Amino acid sequence: MFWKKQLPIIIVFLSGVIMTVQYFVPLHASEFVFDNYIKWGISIGIFAAILGYFSFIRVHIMKITKKAPNWGYSIVALAGVVLMIVAALIDGTDTNGYYMKFYLYICASINATVFSLLAFYISSAAYRAFRARSSQAVALLLAATIVMLGRVPIGDYFSFWTHWGLPSFYDMAQWILNVPNMAAKRAIALGVGLGSLLMTLKLILGIERTYLGGE
Amino acid sequence: MNFWEKLEKLDRRIIYIIITLAVVLPFFFRMGLPIKISPETKAIYDYIQNLSPTDVVFISGDYDPQVDAELTPMFEAIVRHCFERNVKIVVSNVYNPQGVGLVEPRLKKLAQEYKKVYGVDYVFLGWKYGYSLLIMGMGRDFKGTWQTDYYNTSLEDLPLTSKINNYNDIALVISLTGSGAYVAWIYYAYVQFKAKIAAGITAVMAADSYPYLQAGQLIGLLGGLRGAAEYEQLIHHPSLGSAGMEAQSWSHIAIILFIILGNLGYFMSRKKK
Amino acid sequence: MHLSTDPWVWIAFFFTLSIFTFLWKDNFLYKLAENVTVGIGMGFWIVLWWNQTVVGQFWTPLSTDFGSNFHLIIPAIMGLFMITRIIPKYAWMSRYALAFTIGSGAGFGLPRVIQGGVLQQLYATLLPINFTSVGLGYNLIIIIGTLSSLIYFFFSKEHKGAIGGVAKLGIWFLMIGFGATFGYTVMARLSLFIGRVLFILKDVFGMHLF
Repeated sequence: MFWKKQLPIIIVFLSGVIMTVQYFVPLHASEFVFDNYIKWGISIGIFAAILGYFSFIRVHIMKITKKAPNWGYSIVALAGVVLMIVAALIDGTDTNGYYMKFYLYICASINATVFSLLAFYISSAAYRAFRARSSQAVALLLAATIVMLGRVPIGDYFSFWTHWGLPSFYDMAQWILNVPNMAAKRAIALGVGLGSLLMTLKLILGIERTYLGGE
Repeated sequence: MNFWEKLEKLDRRIIYIIITLAVVLPFFFRMGLPIKISPETKAIYDYIQNLSPTDVVFISGDYDPQVDAELTPMFEAIVRHCFERNVKIVVSNVYNPQGVGLVEPRLKKLAQEYKKVYGVDYVFLGWKYGYSLLIMGMGRDFKGTWQTDYYNTSLEDLPLTSKINNYNDIALVISLTGSGAYVAWIYYAYVQFKAKIAAGITAVMAADSYPYLQAGQLIGLLGGLRGAAEYEQLIHHPSLGSAGMEAQSWSHIAIILFIILGNLGYFMSRKKK
Repeated sequence: MHLSTDPWVWIAFFFTLSIFTFLWKDNFLYKLAENVTVGIGMGFWIVLWWNQTVVGQFWTPLSTDFGSNFHLIIPAIMGLFMITRIIPKYAWMSRYALAFTIGSGAGFGLPRVIQGGVLQQLYATLLPINFTSVGLGYNLIIIIGTLSSLIYFFFSKEHKGAIGGVAKLGIWFLMIGFGATFGYTVMARLSLFIGRVLFILKDVFGMHLF
């Protein structure tokens, strides 16, 4: 029980307290602790990453051996991994090698295009979902419209009223972003900051233990 | 089904076609609209403009291919500016390993264009594990934390990085990101080591970053493709960001019309009922 | 306008179109591209991990100066224990690596988040209220907006009376803030599509755009 539960909680407590106190103590010993904690943290992370790779390969091999639906695509995914490793071994990881070219022209192109599909979905959502059902929803849509027009050159083209000394869409968008938006986002940032502080304290004091895996 | 009900239930594919036309057609029929420069973009430009050739700018391409369209134009514009001013640059991907494949080819291409020498004018560190640990480690021992560059050359052997010990030797850190990585740079590099931080972020993140800008934790901000376009205008080198601005303009008009029409259909069909 | 002669550009074009076919409906080409990118992405990461971290961050310091770096073997073994998570009986062994990472991460974060995320943000809110031609009372709006939005998130007291009124004002500020985020989100999503259109027009069809 001690090895499985209490010792990890003690490690969290000691690591948390040492690293918090270290920040406020400008001594050589404190800097020594800081430097070595960073090195240890990095070394742990390097080898912990193996778990991720292992899980990926295991999931796909299991799909293939069990002939799960769409198992053929798992062969493609695993072949992609092998291809990249072989490319790096033969050709290196430099710009002109196959390793970098496979990544830039295939992987990056596909990923970029997958996310570009969101342009279509947000257009459809703009048409179907964004309803001005209340005065607050109107405020949201109005602010969104001003920012949308203010952040593109055509907003100024349409702002014919600037001749009478009135602010253009650009000016209005800048004001919204820098004043009311900033105030609201600061409140959220403060809330997040305080929330993460409480979470950190709960972790250090052993109140939050979900990382133990529920046992 | 009356007109308003039909309008409300418009086929999604018609919407897709309209938005495609709104994006593609402006490339063939250009209006030449001027792009205004925002103070947050100008702040980064002015800062780099005032650096001397001995200064070092650290650029962290903390982004992945998903947001390549927004952040690579920023990366290229900033690198161009630094190379034109003969300011030294160290490029890395602290928060995103996927950024390596996006940044390395573009950096090499630009270095060739400006005839810059690797190790003297610029260095590419790539990605190493550590995230916030790496940021803090850089404040104590830059070379010891990174050890080697992307090509596994010791940083001690490269003239540029051999002189960098910590953030005191770095004039500006620029985080280009589609995530909250720039906040980590604020917490771990600005708060403890007083490093100067600037952020180039995707438009999704931009509105959330204003509190950090107003608090002086960021010296400047590039927000989305517009931020890249503004920077390109400042360095007089229009590229992908500027080229996309008219398509961006008309597609925004299309979206606003979608919102108006969608609401019109919704309220009119409800009124009928 | 001249078509690209670079086969890599045409490969990228093929996969770009394969993904766009999803707008019509899910199909073989989309699924194929999806799994190709998963595999290549993972392969890219594994190679990078080996070259940059195992060799660059672990092996290089150990091989060059074993005397002062030998202690790195201990955290490396702790990291390797993470693999025990796949064997339920020994999964508890992974907790040491997790405990160290979580504990030190919390300790690193605590003072820095207090400074950067809370205190410096509060300092920046407590501004002099001026009504000069530059200030125009903006600072007052910032203070009112931040406080009222914070009160909206304060649920320990019922939103009634004065508190309810202030909280309501906070909602208005938050709605404008969310509106700004929404406007920018639309911009971001369209920028990503514009990026692909730029690739097709400039790189594939060789159109001069700037």
